[in-house]
Amino acid sequence: MDALYALQVTWFVLWGVLWSVYFMLDGFVLGMGMLYPFMARDEKEKRTMIATVGPVWDGNEVWLITAGGATFAAFPTTYALMFSYLYTALLLLLFSLIIRGVSIEFRGKVEKQGWKRFWDVGIFVGGMLPAVLFGIAFGNIFQGLPMDASGYHGTLVGLFNPYGLLAGVLFVFLFMVHGALYVSVKTTGGLSRRAAAFAGRSWSVLAAVAILFLVHTYLSTGIFANYLASPVLFLLPLAAVSSLALIRLQLSRGSLAGAFAASCSTIVLVCATGFVGLFPNLIPSSLDTAYSMTITNSSSSVATLAVMTVVALVFVPVVIAYKAWVYRVFRGPLNPEDIDSQKVY
Amino acid sequence: MDVVTLGRWQFAITSMFHFIFVPLTLGLSVLVAWMEWRFVKTGDGTWLRMARFWGRLFVINFVLGVVTGITMEFQFGMNWAEYSKYVGDIFGAPLAIEATSAFFMESVFLGLWMFGWNKVSKKTHAWSITLVAFATNLSALWILLANGWMQNPVGANIVELAGNPLVSRRAEMADVFAVFTNPYGWVKFFHTVLSGYVLAAFFVMGVSAWHLLKPNEVVLFKRSFKAAAVFGLVSGFLVLGTGDFHGSEIAKTQPSKLAALEAVWETHKGVGLSIVVIPDSEAERNSLELITIPKLASLLAYRDPDAEIKGLKDIPKDLRPPVGLVFHSFRLMVGIGMLMLLLSIAAVYLSFRDRIEASPLFLKLMIPAMALPYIAGQLGWIVAEVGRQPWIVYGVLKTADAASKSVDAAQVLFSLVAFTVVYSLLGAVDAYLLVTSAKAGPEARLPAGLDATGKGV
Ligand code: HDD
Ligand code: HEM
Ligand code: HEM
Repeated sequence: MDALYALQVTWFVLWGVLWSVYFMLDGFVLGMGMLYPFMARDEKEKRTMIATVGPVWDGNEVWLITAGGATFAAFPTTYALMFSYLYTALLLLLFSLIIRGVSIEFRGKVEKQGWKRFWDVGIFVGGMLPAVLFGIAFGNIFQGLPMDASGYHGTLVGLFNPYGLLAGVLFVFLFMVHGALYVSVKTTGGLSRRAAAFAGRSWSVLAAVAILFLVHTYLSTGIFANYLASPVLFLLPLAAVSSLALIRLQLSRGSLAGAFAASCSTIVLVCATGFVGLFPNLIPSSLDTAYSMTITNSSSSVATLAVMTVVALVFVPVVIAYKAWVYRVFRGPLNPEDIDSQKVY
Repeated sequence: MDVVTLGRWQFAITSMFHFIFVPLTLGLSVLVAWMEWRFVKTGDGTWLRMARFWGRLFVINFVLGVVTGITMEFQFGMNWAEYSKYVGDIFGAPLAIEATSAFFMESVFLGLWMFGWNKVSKKTHAWSITLVAFATNLSALWILLANGWMQNPVGANIVELAGNPLVSRRAEMADVFAVFTNPYGWVKFFHTVLSGYVLAAFFVMGVSAWHLLKPNEVVLFKRSFKAAAVFGLVSGFLVLGTGDFHGSEIAKTQPSKLAALEAVWETHKGVGLSIVVIPDSEAERNSLELITIPKLASLLAYRDPDAEIKGLKDIPKDLRPPVGLVFHSFRLMVGIGMLMLLLSIAAVYLSFRDRIEASPLFLKLMIPAMALPYIAGQLGWIVAEVGRQPWIVYGVLKTADAASKSVDAAQVLFSLVAFTVVYSLLGAVDAYLLVTSAKAGPEARLPAGLDATGKGV
């Protein structure tokens, strides 16, 4: 194995890790947004739900920015083609993320009914739409995009195929359960109980969708080829399914933190299952495999990959350390008094 | 309109909109951190109320910087796929480093700062805004090294990729050290960051002036005004100095931009600088040149009064930037820079003489003056980016060859309209919030537990 190939594999792994961590962390913010209009009963509960993500949503979104930046640096051809091929879908994603951030930050800044109702809608849209769009995007990537020597032949409408939509539904339920568990852990009283109960109920739907998704994946994508070639890999989807079951188990044992931890690992394992299935493709072609974007035909040069590896080794541990520390500072359920006295921010 | 033109409009609109928020973030974070450290050192609650008041405005501004930044991050791939394929091997690295080294730190510690009152010690709290300030400035370094590389593409080799079905030819990293020590990028960094400090200083002076005229919270706003005046004066001089270095970097690397900046048509030695000039691109000459200082242009560009400057006529027409726009933008930026220096000198003088409240006329002047650094900064980007045309990477890749091939004009037109509409609404909401929060003034009283006798110093 030469140095270039080793680096390409390393960056494929890092690429997968960045996306997985992004979905694990932003997943609960998006999930909170989807639940927000239905779960909060009064103004105080609304403010509480927003406050659960207040200090962390931007830091979580930066994983997406890093995933984008890392794609650019390590696989520039993929960065260029993926985002230009999925132009309008990505545009919608950008707008929904813009709405999300602005709504979370601006809602509390003016004490007027109309103002608050407006941003309430924004928080919901900014939670739901990104989840659907990410799901559809990854669903289509798993199936392969229609590209060949003359470029891309897909359309925006074409992305909304049954499998893509199913992936969208999967992401929605994955994040909804995840978000409900997060809210239940970070709050107390009625809100926490309702969130936990909701997580329990929607878990059944999630499990059904997940099984349907696995079957559909087997039928309409090439994702399982790697698994059939080395069956030991099947441990990975198995772990994902077990982790999903563990959520239910922890919930019935009454351990909210345990259930949340299990939903974190479920998201990471689901992503890992997908990425292992893609390897060595970043984006397969559904028309002509010679035009698939792979780690070898779309990566940076050996020099750039080496530099980026050093950068990742230096900064990523530091980032994880201070992020963990800040999560620790804010650990435990929110104190209702804090929400009143901290009105300024 | 074609994809390239529409893409250029979209990039110009979205990046200039991003840059409305960026410079205030750069400068105000530094000022707020300084105020909070003054509080930690002195225990004087006024400093803390200042930090919280200006911090609130900082946060409102910051959000828009964040959400408009995401667009920037993905737009290179969306609209400029050929560019991204061609230079991604070099250009992607600083972007990824920016995210890992700076954006995480910025967002995580701002979260801690906003929600961490009473949760961490005073010193830790002051450190968190300090790290925000450090990280925003660090992010500027990486993105400007990336942008500086487009202006002066050092450390790269053009490589043919035989047998690759997706990309046949690209620029590859040959010398990382050269890319990260690119003098063009470093000059850009200092000039831009310092211009952000000037902007924050004028912002603080303007808002303070409004309150001092009322008068409202006189002690607090006099103190804010004085601090900002000093900050603005020092930064203003340094902006001038780094701007001058910018000129000589351009002289070394981009003859076509230099000729446009000075509106020089004929190649000659000992070029003078005229105060009033009207360039005429059709006739390839200046239709008006008044008050000429001999040899000054040569002196500024090359540190040599007799140096030769290449004229636009010796540059093929299709390799010239739009002369009028670049020239006038440059003149106006420099003019505004000089004007702001004068205002800063007056502000410092009046503050230290303690005559600031007694000068209502000057205070009234400082309110509209808040717009000056915003205008100068936007003009600066026009000089830098339009002056580089028709190149997207100077001497390496033309803008016309950089756009995405799979995107059609209708898609870009749609996104261009959508961005314009959404951004206008966001801008209006943000301006409304900034104005109402600025007018509301600081909290009359600090929340319990945050004052001088609080815990944990
Ligand atoms: C001189 C400084 C400067 C310049 C030229 C740019 N930016 Fe910027 N950017 C910043 C300085 C900055 C900042 C000061 O760090 C911001 C602004 C406000 C903020 O929240 O951070 C930021 C935010 C910001 C974010 C959001 C970070 C977060 O979520 O915390 C992204 C993704 C980008 N930028 C990306 C870009 C790209 C791709 C640019 C190139 C076209 C760009 N910026 C130009
Ligand atoms: C790293 C940072 C930046 C990069 C890599 C960059 C790159 C580009 C690209 C790709 C274009 C479109 C093609 C072109 O017309 O040249 C462009 C145009 C432009 N950009 Fe930048 N830009 C950066 C930052 C900015 C910022 C922050 C501003 C302003 C606030 C700005 C102002 C402009 C303008 C005015 C144009 C239009 C120029 C024209 O098309 O004639 N740029 N730049
Ligand atoms: C006072 C004298 C000034 C001089 C001589 C000067 C010089 C320059 C030059 C030559 C450029 C073009 C750089 C390029 O082509 O890459 C530039 C860009 C720029 N200027 Fe200035 N400038 C001055 C004042 C200001 C002021 C007052 C501000 C704002 C407060 C400002 C903000 C900018 C910005 C944001 C850019 C674009 C980024 C960059 O290329 O650095 N400048 N300036």
